[in-house]
Amino acid sequence: METIAKQGARVQLQLNGRVREGFAEPRTQLCDFLRHELGATGVHVGCEHGVCGACTVQVDGKSVRSCLMLAVQAQDSRVDTVESLAEGELMSDLQLAFRRNHALQCGFCTAGILMSCAEFLGREPDPTESQVRDMLSGHLCRCTGYTGIVRAVLEVANERKSKNGEK
Amino acid sequence: MKPASFDYVRPTRKAEVLELLSEYGQDARIIAGGQSLMAVLNMRMTQPKLLIDINRVEELHFIEERKNCLAVGAGVPQVELLSWPRISETVPLLALAMPWIGHFQTRNRGTVCGSVAHADPSAELPLCLKTLGGEVVLESRSGSRTVTAEAFFQGILTTDRRPDELLTEVRFPLCKPGTEYRFNEVAMRHGDFAIVSLAAVIGAGTIRLGIGGVADRPVTRDFEPGQDLSAALNETAWSLDAQDDVQATAAYRRQLVRDLGRRLIEEGH
Repeated sequence: METIAKQGARVQLQLNGRVREGFAEPRTQLCDFLRHELGATGVHVGCEHGVCGACTVQVDGKSVRSCLMLAVQAQDSRVDTVESLAEGELMSDLQLAFRRNHALQCGFCTAGILMSCAEFLGREPDPTESQVRDMLSGHLCRCTGYTGIVRAVLEVANERKSKNGEK
Repeated sequence: MKPASFDYVRPTRKAEVLELLSEYGQDARIIAGGQSLMAVLNMRMTQPKLLIDINRVEELHFIEERKNCLAVGAGVPQVELLSWPRISETVPLLALAMPWIGHFQTRNRGTVCGSVAHADPSAELPLCLKTLGGEVVLESRSGSRTVTAEAFFQGILTTDRRPDELLTEVRFPLCKPGTEYRFNEVAMRHGDFAIVSLAAVIGAGTIRLGIGGVADRPVTRDFEPGQDLSAALNETAWSLDAQDDVQATAAYRRQLVRDLGRRLIEEGH
């Protein structure tokens, strides 16, 4: 049985494919650990009580709110943040579609939305608009009114389908 | 909003959890998915000395179809139950109600038993458990007991669980042939806390309506086919001690019980 006293301990996890380690008190939220200890500042912290979705990251391939998880709980997990999406110097198809469709303005919520969209499209390669909107209901965006975001997600789904030779 | 300090322990066996609970009692909190507890910790509405993380206790991670019930262990996240292949056949009400719980991002982590143990009066899983007449299993170092949903939910975030007990399992009765299950809910946006949520179980000669989000706990009412439904629903709506809050007035809640209740029973949606 592992115990971590309130003074804290080293936490190790795999961040965007690389094993990383940092210091966390038990009360340290995963979002703060990723930003302050590991420098993954693409993780944006909004409401800190699970409502806005800005801090969404993937833990073992599943989108979760990193303000509703403790860093110590992520010990030995695989954590992916928005920094994992780009392929080298090139933005991913999802990020490019966001840019083309004006799916962001201030961009604060975007990093979290991209992580949810990435998981969602992996499991729903051919979503309907209402499925996309339902997926986005876990995120607050105060700039776009969501129209551009929905368009971007549907466009990427279509692009990927035609690449796979289905259309 | 950062939690106050606490010690953290990550047991791998249920016996260790029960041992810790018997030692710490009120000073300990159990964390599973944390989708309710983390918000409460962040706001410092609770400040435990010890946080017991049960995510790595393998023996709590099970979905079992038994003779009369579907048993779900304390380690099972909502997404797992919702995507369990036999959910629509075994407990169809859950298949209907679970997509309404929060968002997929919170269902990825939030657990079934955690929602029941938290006992938010507007939560979907407590409503389903109560409407179906399910049970919870509470274990402590001194033994195990089974409590009906009826006796378990005692008020807002208040249950029959004693400080040294762990909610290890919930049991949903299996669906009965010839019975129809229905669910609907009104919230500000899909996935927000329900203003009113309703579950209906309609069998031959029986109509049961479960109501969440109005009283201090989920409640059920039974109606007779052929009875004056409007009058009965009006009486029900007034009997729940509905409250005004930032989301809705008490009058609006009563109206939803009357209108949604009638629609769910008579028209099926």
